[in-house]
Amino acid sequence: MSDDQRDTPHVPAPSLWPIGFAIGVACILVGLVVSVPALIVGVILTLVFGALWLRDVFAPAPAPAPAVETPRYGQITEADLGTPVDRATFLSLATIGVNGLIGAGLAIPVLGFGVLPSFLDEGVDTHEVDLGPITNFPEGQYVIATYLENPDQGEVSRRTAFVRNNGLTDDGVPSFTTIFSRCVHLGCPVQPNGPIDEEAKKDVKGVELRPVLAASFGCPCHGGLYDSEGNRNAGPPVRSLDRFEFSIKNGNLILGRLFSVGRVDGTGAKARISKYYKAYPGVHVDGIERFLYPIPTPGSRG
Amino acid sequence: MAKSARRRQLEAVVLYPLDWIEERSGLVGYTKWFLFRNVPSDISWAQSLGFATLMAFISQALTGVFLAMYYKPDPDSAYASIESITQDLTLGWLVRGMHKWGASVFIILLFLHMGRVFLFGAYKYPRELNWIVGVLILVLGMLEGFTGYLLPWDNTAYWATVVGINLNATAPIAGPFLAQWLQGGLNIGTNTLATFYALHMLLIPGAIFALIGLHLYLVVRLGVTSPPWSKTAAGRERIEAPGPREGLIREPATESEPT
Repeated sequence: MSDDQRDTPHVPAPSLWPIGFAIGVACILVGLVVSVPALIVGVILTLVFGALWLRDVFAPAPAPAPAVETPRYGQITEADLGTPVDRATFLSLATIGVNGLIGAGLAIPVLGFGVLPSFLDEGVDTHEVDLGPITNFPEGQYVIATYLENPDQGEVSRRTAFVRNNGLTDDGVPSFTTIFSRCVHLGCPVQPNGPIDEEAKKDVKGVELRPVLAASFGCPCHGGLYDSEGNRNAGPPVRSLDRFEFSIKNGNLILGRLFSVGRVDGTGAKARISKYYKAYPGVHVDGIERFLYPIPTPGSRG
Repeated sequence: MAKSARRRQLEAVVLYPLDWIEERSGLVGYTKWFLFRNVPSDISWAQSLGFATLMAFISQALTGVFLAMYYKPDPDSAYASIESITQDLTLGWLVRGMHKWGASVFIILLFLHMGRVFLFGAYKYPRELNWIVGVLILVLGMLEGFTGYLLPWDNTAYWATVVGINLNATAPIAGPFLAQWLQGGLNIGTNTLATFYALHMLLIPGAIFALIGLHLYLVVRLGVTSPPWSKTAAGRERIEAPGPREGLIREPATESEPT
C-alpha cells in the first residue's frame, strides 16, 4: 500500500456503513441460534452494507503516483550481486544462525512437552468397566449406572451411563442400549426424564444401579432434549447421544469403548445405529458440517 | 536569594544517593520521563480509569501470590484447601474475597477504560497500536477469568469448565485439538486442574505484565489525548500533506525522486 512518494497515513475516508454491517453480522449470529428469518435479514443487511462500505473504501481513489524508474531502496542492483560477504556480515550472520540453532534445540523439546502428552499419553488402553450381572438389568427399562471409569484418578473420573436391556435381537444375541450421560451439545450431564426407583437401588462392587422409567432425556444446561434412543428431539445438540460398545463376560455386562452416534433408526433391539469415532460434544459427525472437523484427535478411536 | 548553608547541606544529603543511582544507571532520568509529563489541562477523572485498571491488576497479582501459598492444585485437595483458606486461615476469607471480587472489578474497569478511550477517540492516529495492545490485554484478562474459574474445584467450577472447554472444541479443524490440550488428555481430570493453574498464575499474568509495560511505554511516548470538546489541541499534529516525513526508518522519498 505504501510508496515512497506519499508518506501520509493511509486511512480510508470516514464511513458510517460499518455500523449497518456490524448489525447485520449480529443478526446472522442471533439468527443462527434463534430463527431462519432473522438469519436471512442478517445476511441481506451484511451484504448490502458490506458492499456500501467497500464502495466507500475504494471510491476516492488517490491520484496515481508518478512512476518511479530509478532503483528503489532495498532493491538489489547489479553492483550488489557478486560482492563477497565481508567479515563483519559473516560473523553476525553466523551468530544469528548458531543462536537460532541453540534456541530451537531448547524450545522445540519444551514445546513438545507442553503439547504432546495431551495427545499421546492417554487413551491408548480403554478402561473397561464391569457393571455386574446382566440379571440386574430388567428388560425394557433404563437403569442409571454410576461408576468410576478409572479408580486411580478417583472421583474426577466418575461417569454415568443409561443402560437398557433390549432382550434378544432377531439373531438371538443379547442387546443393550448403553448411552453415555454427557450431552453432545457441550458436555453437561443429561438427566433421564422419569421417576427414579430409589428403593430398587443396588450397589454392585462400587457401581450404583438405579432403575428409572425414562421415555426421554433432557439436559439442564441449555435445554437439549433426546428421545428414548438418544436421538435429538429439541434444543442445541448436533447429533445423538454417545454410546458405549458392550460385551458380556461370565454373565456380566462390560462397557467398552465410547463412540459417537449420528442417528438411531428404529428402537431397542431393532435399532440401526450410525456409528462414528468418538467426537467432542458440539462436533458434527454427519451432514455437511462434518467437513469442518476433518482431522480426528488422537485417542478418539479408543 | 542564596541558600543557607544548612539548606544546602540537607539538599546534598537527599540528592547524593539520587546522583549515585543516576550516574550508574540513568534511572532517575527515566523515572522523571515516565512520571513528570505534560498532560492536557482539561483532563478529568475519566482519564484515571487506565491507572485504576492497572491497580486492580496489581491487586490481583499480589493477592494471587499469597493465595498460591496455601492453594493445592490437586483434585483431591483443591476444594479442601480453598475451604481452609476461607474458613480457617487468619484473614484468608478477606484475601480470597479480594481476589474473587477483584477479578470482576478488573474486568469492569477494563471495559470502562476501553469505553473512555473509544468515546474520546483516543484510539486514533498515532495511538492505534496502543488500542491493539489494550485489546490483547482484554483477551488475556478474559482467559484469566476462564482459567481461574476452575480452581475452586466445586461443581460450578467443574461443569462451567466442561462447557467452556467443549465450546472451544466446536471451533472448526483445530477446535478439538485445543480442547484436548486444555484438558490435558482425553477427559477433564487431574491434568486439567494443574494445566489451568499453571496458565492462570504463570503464563497469562506474565504476558499481561509484559503487555502492560508496552501499553504504558506507548502512553508516555504518545502523551494523553485531550478530550473531544477541548478548545486547545494537545498532542502531535497529524501530517496529511504529501512529502517526506521525519522519524521514519525508510529513507526520505526526495532522494529517489526523479529530477
